[in-house]
Amino acid sequence: MAGSTFPKGGVHPEEHKELTEHLAIEEMPAPAEVVLPLSMHFGAPAKPVVKKKQEVQEGEVIATVEKALGATIHSSVTGVVKAIEPRPHPTMVRCEAVVIETNPEAPPRKYEPEDWRKLTGEQLLARVKDAGIVGLGGAGFPTHVKLSPPPTAKVDTLVLNGAECEPYLTTDHRIMLEQPEKVVEGVQILLKVLGIKRGIIGIELNKPDAINAMNKAAQKSSGSDGATVQVQGMVVKYPQGSEKQLIYSLTQRSVPGGGLPFDVGVIVQNISTALAIYEAATLNKPLYEKIATFSGRAIKRQANLKVKVGTLLSDVVAYLGGTTDDLLKIVSGGPMMGFAVSNIDVPVVKTTSGVLFLNKDETDTDTFGPCIHCGWCLEACPMGLLPKEVAIYVEAGKGHLTEKFGVFECFECGCCAYVCPAKRPLVQFARLAKIAIKKHG
Amino acid sequence: MEFFEGGTGETFLHKKVSLGSDFYSGEDGKIETLEQRDRGIEPQWAVSVSPHIRMGKTTSGIMWTVSASLIPVMLLSIYNFGLRGLIITLISVISCVVVEAICQKAMGRPIAVADGSAVLTGILMAFVIPPGVPYWLPAVGAVAAIFINKELMGGLGFNVWNPALVGRAFLMAAFPVAMTAAWVPSVDWSKSALNVYLAPGALDAVSTATPLYILKHYGLGALTEKFGGLTTIYRDFFVGLRPGCIGETSSGLILLGGLFLMVRGIITWHIPVSTIGTVALLTWIFGGESWFTGQPLVAVLSGGLMLGAFYMCTDYVTSPTMKSGQIVFGMGVGLLTVLIRLKGGYPEGVAYAILLMNCLTPALDEWFQPKRFAPPKQAPVAAVK
Repeated sequence: MAGSTFPKGGVHPEEHKELTEHLAIEEMPAPAEVVLPLSMHFGAPAKPVVKKKQEVQEGEVIATVEKALGATIHSSVTGVVKAIEPRPHPTMVRCEAVVIETNPEAPPRKYEPEDWRKLTGEQLLARVKDAGIVGLGGAGFPTHVKLSPPPTAKVDTLVLNGAECEPYLTTDHRIMLEQPEKVVEGVQILLKVLGIKRGIIGIELNKPDAINAMNKAAQKSSGSDGATVQVQGMVVKYPQGSEKQLIYSLTQRSVPGGGLPFDVGVIVQNISTALAIYEAATLNKPLYEKIATFSGRAIKRQANLKVKVGTLLSDVVAYLGGTTDDLLKIVSGGPMMGFAVSNIDVPVVKTTSGVLFLNKDETDTDTFGPCIHCGWCLEACPMGLLPKEVAIYVEAGKGHLTEKFGVFECFECGCCAYVCPAKRPLVQFARLAKIAIKKHG
Repeated sequence: MEFFEGGTGETFLHKKVSLGSDFYSGEDGKIETLEQRDRGIEPQWAVSVSPHIRMGKTTSGIMWTVSASLIPVMLLSIYNFGLRGLIITLISVISCVVVEAICQKAMGRPIAVADGSAVLTGILMAFVIPPGVPYWLPAVGAVAAIFINKELMGGLGFNVWNPALVGRAFLMAAFPVAMTAAWVPSVDWSKSALNVYLAPGALDAVSTATPLYILKHYGLGALTEKFGGLTTIYRDFFVGLRPGCIGETSSGLILLGGLFLMVRGIITWHIPVSTIGTVALLTWIFGGESWFTGQPLVAVLSGGLMLGAFYMCTDYVTSPTMKSGQIVFGMGVGLLTVLIRLKGGYPEGVAYAILLMNCLTPALDEWFQPKRFAPPKQAPVAAVK
């Protein structure tokens, strides 16, 4: 299968996927307590609807967002609310969170399957909303909002992101391999919600087994409802899974700067999100479990784990047998775009796609030097921006003058900083430039 | 800006940490929890911004690789000119490093001589001066190259001109006699004349003319007479056993080093090919008695063109970053070289051609910018204001 790709830029980091790609998803038992931050999504933090010492059931709503952009949060365990207080968060410093002490006696909740085809598009959309589903790739945009494009947008294609271009991460790969039918059915549910007929699943060519499994599942389901679901192989290149690059790769449409995918008639969803949508539609099961990759060479045992949302990393680490002595950095997310965490007591949230425990051979903590104008960042930038210029302006205290270089089109993929021989933190410079422009008016 | 305290801005980035063994409970390798942190044990992991992985290449790695690729040229020059070439090169390298260290110390910058850029400048500067110059001359050149051209402009990455060529241009202007009368013919090792080249008084006795000087002032006929036929000229110029600057004589070894750098992904073909191609084309058209009778291959193999095209023009700091700009840059160097060689006062023009085009690099960077993936539908806010 010939792979398609985006027109410019991109890098080929070492994949390190061999650590976990062969490991089947295993379920981690519920921990003694879970910490559910009220902000696990893009938008306003949710407001708790439970009180301290109140008993909650697995899957019960504990926080909602009524007016603003956001997503409902459910309890991931059966137990008692121990506290509602600020706790460390993987991407923010601290965040108000509901702490629930698990009742170890409680049996796991059972869900009865039902036929989603009997439901209308609106009913399915309501289920997605009630299940508190957000984009599970990392940004956490509420899915029900994404699935309600403005009426002016003429959406005709659903793109499913199976690129998983970040090194180390293998959860989407395992999901596609182990549950391809559910993912494809999730795509069909999405097509019904959107009222369109065309779905494309893009998978990088380094996962031939996943392409194969998904192809089989897609062919089996093809023809029903007149919808076509098609699997497309893509060249292995980071950031193949970025929304704009993915859309170009699969449909040859370019989302203009400042635009959104529905401007070119496309909606993008993640593999894990499709699975969550399938579970919400067929089982009416809310999103409170998360499949994530725990990898890196500084953890005793690597794994693809299905964990309760709110499980603390310290519990996961204990479950996986601890870390090695040469642990240098813990990263929530992939190594290219993830956040380094300074505290092990942060919970796994809905958007956690993986947690990496890196030793000194795997990560880079060297200090940086001056720009030597090699131009490698310009070649690596998939958006055609000028990372080195932005950095020089920011260093000179002129960050507010960098808008002409298109800093707001920068989605912080990190390709520029990855190739930089002077190890300059070009992504951070771009972030500072954005702050400076916003501050300047 | 409040984010940056010092010139290198290390304040916000790296909290490099040591992993104290007291932080781990040892045998079971379990990580301490929040409660233990509250007892006064701080988190000990490195925290830095994304991306957390990097491509292996480093600035110093590039500089040392380029320096290493010049070792064959250095070895040939020892064979060609005796130990004098090596001594001049060593003096040049050491003075560049010392001058850079002193400047950085005096200006309160971190001492960064280990990045290899001063060493590379020293090597390249020695390679473009004649082997017969007095031993103190490269040290003077180092002051011009490193102090005036590099550190005063802000250090690595901020200089406008190629440091090695600034050193050469300064020496040419200040010590023209030493720089043009110090040509040394190849060592005849069978007569073991090594002492001649080490003795400071022997310089005048061995001065001779370079091939391009003969070509410019006496024509092609005189050149073929001296070297014995065009084929011999090509061979001698390619192998490099002829008079000339320390590192310029062998086009073959420079080409080899350049190809090595291309394979390693440090330079691309754009600048060398456009530079050399332009010189060859323009020499063929305008270089002869009448049009289209010039000798392009002599022009390409002689003088400092190969060294200039592969090692000076491709200097990251002073050449354009975009491939399109690089091609224009190379064509400019080629055009100016031919212009100086044919109409100017020097038989050789590569150094000045490059220095002139270095002035245009910021403009070329401004004119040739990457194509956006998909530009915004509306102009950016700043442009509207």
